[in-house]
Amino acid sequence: MVRNDADAPALRLELRGISKIYPGVVANDHVDLRVAAGEIHAVIGENGAGKSTLMKIIYGVTPPSDGEIIWEGHPIEVDSPAEARALGIGMVFQHFSLFETLTVTENVALALPEARDMPALAARIAEVSQRYGLPVDPRAHVHALSVGERQRVEIIRCLLQNPRLLIMDEPTSVLTPQAAQKLFETLRQLAAEGCSILYISHKLDEIRELCHHATVMRGGRVSGVCIPREESNHTLAAMMIGRDLPVGDHPPVEQIGEVRLRLDGLSLAADDPFGTDLRDIHLDIRGGEIVGIAGVSGNGQRELQQALSGETPIDDKSPVQILGVEAGRLNAAARRRLGMACVPEDRLGCGAVPAMSLSENAVLTGADTLGLVRKGFVSKRRATEFADQCIASYDVKCSGPEAAAKSLSGGNLQKYIVGREILQEPKLLVVAQPTWGVDVGAAAFLRQAIIDLRNRGSAILVISEELDELFELCDRIAVMAEGRISPARPATEFSMEEIGVWMAGLWPGADTSAARAASEKAAA
Amino acid sequence: MKWIRIEARQEPDPLMRFGSPVLAVTLTVLAGLLVFAVLGKDPVEGFKVFFLNPLRDTYALSELFLKATPLMLCALGLAVGFQANVWNIGAEGQFIFGAIGATGVALYGGELGLANSPTLMLGLMMLAGAISGALYAAIPAWLRTHFHASEILVSLMLVYVANLFCSWLVFGPWMDPDGQNFPQTRSFDDAALLPTILEGTRLNLALPLALGLLLIGHVYLNHSYAGFKMRVAGGAEFAARYAGYSSRRMVWIGLLAGGATAGLAGMAEVAGPVGQLTDKIAAGYGFAAIIVAFVGRLNPFGIFLASVVMALFYIGGEQAQQYLSLPSAIAKVFQGLLLFFLLATDLFVNYRLRLGRSAHH
Repeated sequence: MVRNDADAPALRLELRGISKIYPGVVANDHVDLRVAAGEIHAVIGENGAGKSTLMKIIYGVTPPSDGEIIWEGHPIEVDSPAEARALGIGMVFQHFSLFETLTVTENVALALPEARDMPALAARIAEVSQRYGLPVDPRAHVHALSVGERQRVEIIRCLLQNPRLLIMDEPTSVLTPQAAQKLFETLRQLAAEGCSILYISHKLDEIRELCHHATVMRGGRVSGVCIPREESNHTLAAMMIGRDLPVGDHPPVEQIGEVRLRLDGLSLAADDPFGTDLRDIHLDIRGGEIVGIAGVSGNGQRELQQALSGETPIDDKSPVQILGVEAGRLNAAARRRLGMACVPEDRLGCGAVPAMSLSENAVLTGADTLGLVRKGFVSKRRATEFADQCIASYDVKCSGPEAAAKSLSGGNLQKYIVGREILQEPKLLVVAQPTWGVDVGAAAFLRQAIIDLRNRGSAILVISEELDELFELCDRIAVMAEGRISPARPATEFSMEEIGVWMAGLWPGADTSAARAASEKAAA
Repeated sequence: MKWIRIEARQEPDPLMRFGSPVLAVTLTVLAGLLVFAVLGKDPVEGFKVFFLNPLRDTYALSELFLKATPLMLCALGLAVGFQANVWNIGAEGQFIFGAIGATGVALYGGELGLANSPTLMLGLMMLAGAISGALYAAIPAWLRTHFHASEILVSLMLVYVANLFCSWLVFGPWMDPDGQNFPQTRSFDDAALLPTILEGTRLNLALPLALGLLLIGHVYLNHSYAGFKMRVAGGAEFAARYAGYSSRRMVWIGLLAGGATAGLAGMAEVAGPVGQLTDKIAAGYGFAAIIVAFVGRLNPFGIFLASVVMALFYIGGEQAQQYLSLPSAIAKVFQGLLLFFLLATDLFVNYRLRLGRSAHH
């Protein structure tokens, strides 16, 4: 810490000994935090480190069990978000809270009860959006906006209330690298005008680039305070997880096998009105390689994963070929019998039945391939044996094979699900967001498990919104934009800048009219 | 600060899961005593008449199980669907159609020379009852799988269609010519009546049949792969899709199972205690079975116990009518109380009550 008590009056927000005790869990344990006026302050830590709880306390969503909140020199109690906003605290959530069928102005008006005059409000929105470089059409309907634009609406909505502290929760998880840079400019401008910013993220590069100070949390406590510019990713990560990061073992592809997944002109209309149609997708994946699909969320990744797993039926046989079999019309169970496995994006409710035990959840995908069903009956003994094996070899922290899936933390359930699929030795594995919401240590473990499976000759498709993860894992990378897929390229030949351009739909040979529309949406 | 708080449990309480129906029954009995007192009856006397009379001797017990049989049959089939979130609310209508199908065999079977072969006659009646009930349940299943029509509404509305169709039959073509214009068919021949299994009582073959089906239901739901799929579909729709289970098949199995067992219960009613088809044949069994299925935790053993409790309320209601001159609606009041208390106590499977000041803040 560089500051001392003489600076105290300049502090915008100070937390002293904040604790939050939930039944059975200590989410925050005597947390201290000091944010100066005009400072961009990072709060970093693994999932479950207590960052979200701390922000909820500051924003008045939940009261602390103990400790003091000091706002501009005065002790306060924040009993509701409305009270927080009245004090000058604004928050942009990771999951947007906008009504898709209303316009931008109408959405903003809902948060400003005193705003009655809609044309005047639209003018104010235009003014703020101009001033901070946040281009948004006030008359546009939200469902027609890209995620980046929606985030701008959320930020503008906060700014109209003239906040003196802005809390941003993982703001760049939905942005292209270029769009993230634009956001940083806006945040720097805000800070220069005296607004303090609390910036929550687990992307260490960003934090080192943007933030003045960082408070690192681990297990509900503050494990360190630092100036991120003076640290390396390695030292920051060590502070977060309390030990050194495991290093992935990723030798280059030795032997490329035969084509195991061929997408031959896959097109599919989305059944959700706000979903993305898949358009003429071509892609080959061979045994012994990992191919990644990069892209900003909502560009058809979910639809692609469901079309591959067999969750969404296709009318034609030929667009999806699994191990040489035209599998378009086959359902998920039939595709699994061909040797394919799949890890869906939503682990609880799709990858696992929340109320069922881990051993029962093994039957979900292992009925045929693991012989957990014999003559129409579920073999409880075999299912329990398999669950035991999976728990042991994937280091799943739980009370045992009888633990309900919903009793596990997100990271441990993800380890169980990935373990369940990999232990079936699939010839082809499709993984969506393999390490979403998983802590750094578990993420490294899961990536290694995927690489090991590749080294045993499997073909693997990884769909992820984390570019760092794709570069670490993949041999080749393709980019998805507006339901189309670019040609795949060796990961080593890609730069971050180039992939960002491709994520806006502008790859060489792309359908330019579609690409232009896409780039307008993803612009900035 | 608040003095009573409801707090989420980290995991559902297994004790409460099975304790909640017991608690609900207890509260129903206590509330019942209060109802007696408010109606100006001596609660102790009321308790004796309502709850102890139906248990006093072998004959009373045989009547209790006779009443419980159609309830456990209907509730078992419903539970198969409910496990997969297929909401068949029309067991009452499927019961009526089962009764109609079985009556058809009983009335015309004699002409085909079945009167001399009770086994064949009863076998055909059971088959006709189960198939009629299942076919009637196939209507909501088909509408749901082809047009996304809500099976809740369709199956419920079909109950009234079944009621009117049954009335038309017993007031019209099937009316007993010697029955002094009562809305009923002629009494069945002996060959078309289920044999009693206990001398001097009306308890018949339907009870062992229902118990056997409960056992099969237990194996199906808790040990078979098909039953596992139903539970997955009920627990998480997207997981069922991810695993590759057909949601249409779940709808068909759920509704056909419910229709078949309700139809069988209808058969057992016309071929058992009633001995003919009347316009009041269903007596609310199909609706009461919904409560039985839930009080029994959609579990065949639980359904057995719950159907006996529900039968107690039916018979207790009759007794209260007879000895305490209370209105017949008292049985319905008790059914309603039981469902009400069950829904209330079920809250505590996932939540706990905290008394005293908040520990936090």
